Amino acid sequence: MIAALIGLPLLGATVLLLGGRRTNAWGHFLAVAMSAASFFVGLGLFLQMLGKSEEEREIGQHLFDWIAVGAFQVPFGLHLDQLSIAFVLLITGVGTLIHIYSIGYMEHDPNRRRFFAYLNLFVAAMLLLVLADNYFLLYVGWEGVGLASYLLISFYQQKPSAAVAGKKAFIVNRVGDVGLSLAIILMFVTFGTVTFEGVNAAAGLADSKTVTWIGLALLLAACGKSAQFPLQSWLLDAMEGPTPVSALIHAATMVTAGVYLIVRAHAIFDLSQTARTAVVAVGAITLLLGAFIGTAKDDIKKGLAGSTMSQIGYMILAAGLGPVGYVFAIFHLLTHGMFKAGLFLGAGSVMHGMHDDVNMRHYGALRTMMKITYVTFGLGFLAIIGIPPFAGFWSKDEIIHAAFGQSLFIGLATLLGAGVTAFYMTRMMAMTFFGEARWEDDVHPHESPAVMTVPMMVLALGSVFGGMAMLFLGDIEHWLEPVTGFAYPDHSISNAVLIPVTLSVVIFGAGYAWLRYGRRPVPLVAPTNVSLLTKAARADAFGDAINEAVFMRPGQYLTRSLTWFDSKAIDGSIGGLAAAIGGLSARTRRLQNGFVRSYALTMLGGAVLIALVLLLVRL
Amino acid sequence: MNAENLVFWVSGTFAVVGALGMVVSRKAVHSALWVAFAMINIAILYFTLEAPFLGTTQIIVYTGAVMMLFLFVLMIVGVDSSDSLLETIKGQRLLAAFFALAFGGLLVSAIASTQASPSNGLAVANAGYGGHLQALAKLIFSDYLLAFEVTSALLITAAMGAMVLAHNERWAPKKTQDQMQRERTLGNHITPMPAPGVLARNNSVDTPALLPDGSTSVDSLPTAFRGQGQVEKINAIEEAGK
Amino acid sequence: MNPNNYLVLAAILFTIGAYGVLVRRNAIIVFMSVELMLNAANLAFVAAARNTGTLDGLIAAFFVMVVAAAEVVVGLAIIVTIFRTRRSASIDEASLMKY
Repeated sequence: MIAALIGLPLLGATVLLLGGRRTNAWGHFLAVAMSAASFFVGLGLFLQMLGKSEEEREIGQHLFDWIAVGAFQVPFGLHLDQLSIAFVLLITGVGTLIHIYSIGYMEHDPNRRRFFAYLNLFVAAMLLLVLADNYFLLYVGWEGVGLASYLLISFYQQKPSAAVAGKKAFIVNRVGDVGLSLAIILMFVTFGTVTFEGVNAAAGLADSKTVTWIGLALLLAACGKSAQFPLQSWLLDAMEGPTPVSALIHAATMVTAGVYLIVRAHAIFDLSQTARTAVVAVGAITLLLGAFIGTAKDDIKKGLAGSTMSQIGYMILAAGLGPVGYVFAIFHLLTHGMFKAGLFLGAGSVMHGMHDDVNMRHYGALRTMMKITYVTFGLGFLAIIGIPPFAGFWSKDEIIHAAFGQSLFIGLATLLGAGVTAFYMTRMMAMTFFGEARWEDDVHPHESPAVMTVPMMVLALGSVFGGMAMLFLGDIEHWLEPVTGFAYPDHSISNAVLIPVTLSVVIFGAGYAWLRYGRRPVPLVAPTNVSLLTKAARADAFGDAINEAVFMRPGQYLTRSLTWFDSKAIDGSIGGLAAAIGGLSARTRRLQNGFVRSYALTMLGGAVLIALVLLLVRL
Repeated sequence: MNAENLVFWVSGTFAVVGALGMVVSRKAVHSALWVAFAMINIAILYFTLEAPFLGTTQIIVYTGAVMMLFLFVLMIVGVDSSDSLLETIKGQRLLAAFFALAFGGLLVSAIASTQASPSNGLAVANAGYGGHLQALAKLIFSDYLLAFEVTSALLITAAMGAMVLAHNERWAPKKTQDQMQRERTLGNHITPMPAPGVLARNNSVDTPALLPDGSTSVDSLPTAFRGQGQVEKINAIEEAGK
Repeated sequence: MNPNNYLVLAAILFTIGAYGVLVRRNAIIVFMSVELMLNAANLAFVAAARNTGTLDGLIAAFFVMVVAAAEVVVGLAIIVTIFRTRRSASIDEASLMKY
């Protein structure tokens, strides 16, 4: 049954990719059906799991022995536990909704079949990632989602910016993948196995230094996949892809794979304080950096992308807190998957009605024209800034609470992040749905068709009730505890104090944004006489500039000098030698003039020489 | 000065003169005669060197057979063609002279540097076999028998080789006189082939026939070619062609 | 008489023959020069045989003559063949085997 989860969307992708144009007419329905079928299988497995006692919930499925070389044994085995099933439901559930949404969104795209094939491929790869029972197989899924992400970012391949963005995502992800392969290699060398079970069992016996290195390598991998500092630069460019892709891959699921990896490898991180500190640092930096970038973006999708970075920063930070945070990292991941997917779909709906214009300065007053989008986006907005009782409030509050339990600075960082989040989300809300209309000529905003709005409504419901449902009905702390372990946070600051403080920070951020963007007219063109901080935020905190200055230019210079050296010095010396020999030969060849008498003269010369030598030697 | 000295100086000088004559003669026939002269003188020297058998052989084989073969080939190639002594390869003559002088000088100086001992003479060696010819025969047919037999193979091979090289393969059946007659009169030739016995370089209609004394016969030309200085022009061409 | 005189004479004849090979273009004269060189060598053989009082030098000269005769036959046949195709006995004209 577990294999069917992966197999169904994989079958869909195979049929669509190999079927060619014959599947154009019904291909998207097949993709939706496969994704939905996978969701229902997942739901069935979930219900089955609910019916079992806690100890029996973890099930595995050994498909075949994949690699068996000496001591290196990699089974092709799947593994379903409480953590995996949460991901399976998120991936297939949100994935199916986005599949349905894409039917409407991609209606007029000539390459719709290819798009759905890639979406199915992504779902299959992502499921393989979360269902693998060893790191090696996880790596396969990891690369599979990377491939799908690359293909979908550069889906509009006729646009140079999309093609470049795809390549950028691919290359930056490779840096992270090196970390994952290093981690797997280290695990095999240290523990002799790469299965989760084996690593978890053996982790305690290993040298603490090695464990720290494995943890740091895993963190590098997570940074690459989850767009965490310092590998964050690709996510903003990834918005070149179609909006459903941004919603599914670059908000709800794939970018959270880093969080999954860290939580899955909790046995490693539990043992290394250094690695955990690094994770927390990365998370805190990214959470502030992403929020900071989000404040200055006029592109609605890039604003949301900055927000995604920031929210994943929260998750990573929570995961770095250890047993007190793992559960809340996953909890926030799930709620974020719902409300951020909803926000992205809302943004897509707005773009759909605005001729694919992404500049929020050309929006305004859309609440009257796009009521459903306005309401669903607004619910997502309330969820993300953390207004009770919406989904984001519960998960984010838990993280802030746990962070304060760890250290005051970390806690303040998360608190500040919450305020900035409220600021940029209110700014986005105000610029898009309130104020006066700043539409371009010949743009006539209209509500999207039902095939798009229904998924948005479902996700909006998730944004409203998802948090409460998981916390109170599902008891997520104890649901995940058998997998990740759980410890109650240090209650140095009680929730009774923290919640009002957090809420007031959020309300302050939102109110300030409302004053700046809701009450005042928004200029059509972004003002240029802005502070250095705004400029930095617009330039993605100079992430690309730093990458270019530190890696690209020295690399290019090195390549150029090597090329120069190769062509001039090496080729030159070899070619010069050849040319010298050739030239010398061309000249000595002239000695062969064909005249027998010349040759005879040479012979006589030789005879003279020999006679001379003989005489000299004798004398 | 005893008799041997006299013969050496006279014949030796003649041999050198013959050799030089060969090198400097423009005509190949003269060269051949000069070299034959040199070889006869060398043969005389053999006699004084107590080798009458070799001297005789030298005269018979070299001056008799080899040089006559040369003369025959010269006749095939053309007796009266003379070599231009102008050198065409740059620096060849100068370098050749230099190397030749250097080589000769080295050889002579090497010989001169050796201590000359009085000649032993062959009398003792000959006496052991009961005479000069007997001695040579004994050596050839005993110690040098194998080499002698191999030379026989060599000579046969050389004869075969010469025949193969000089042989003209016939690609078509030999024409009969009848066929040749028909071709001459009815064949595709625009002009008739020269009559048998006529030494002609070409068979164009404006070529006059040669009379027995070698001069051209105006009467052999068609009347259209006579007059307007045509015959004189033809004669001039004929003369230039010689 | 100094027996080395014969050797000096042989050296002079050999050198003249070598010079002839180098400067004459008529293949037949070149051949004659080669024959002269062989004769010079023979003369040296015979003189040396007498000096040492052995007969082996004479035998060597004898074999040289035989081989020279064979060589002349083949060489002249080659010259005739070349002449037949090229209408020339100049060794400079057969100079196609070159760079």
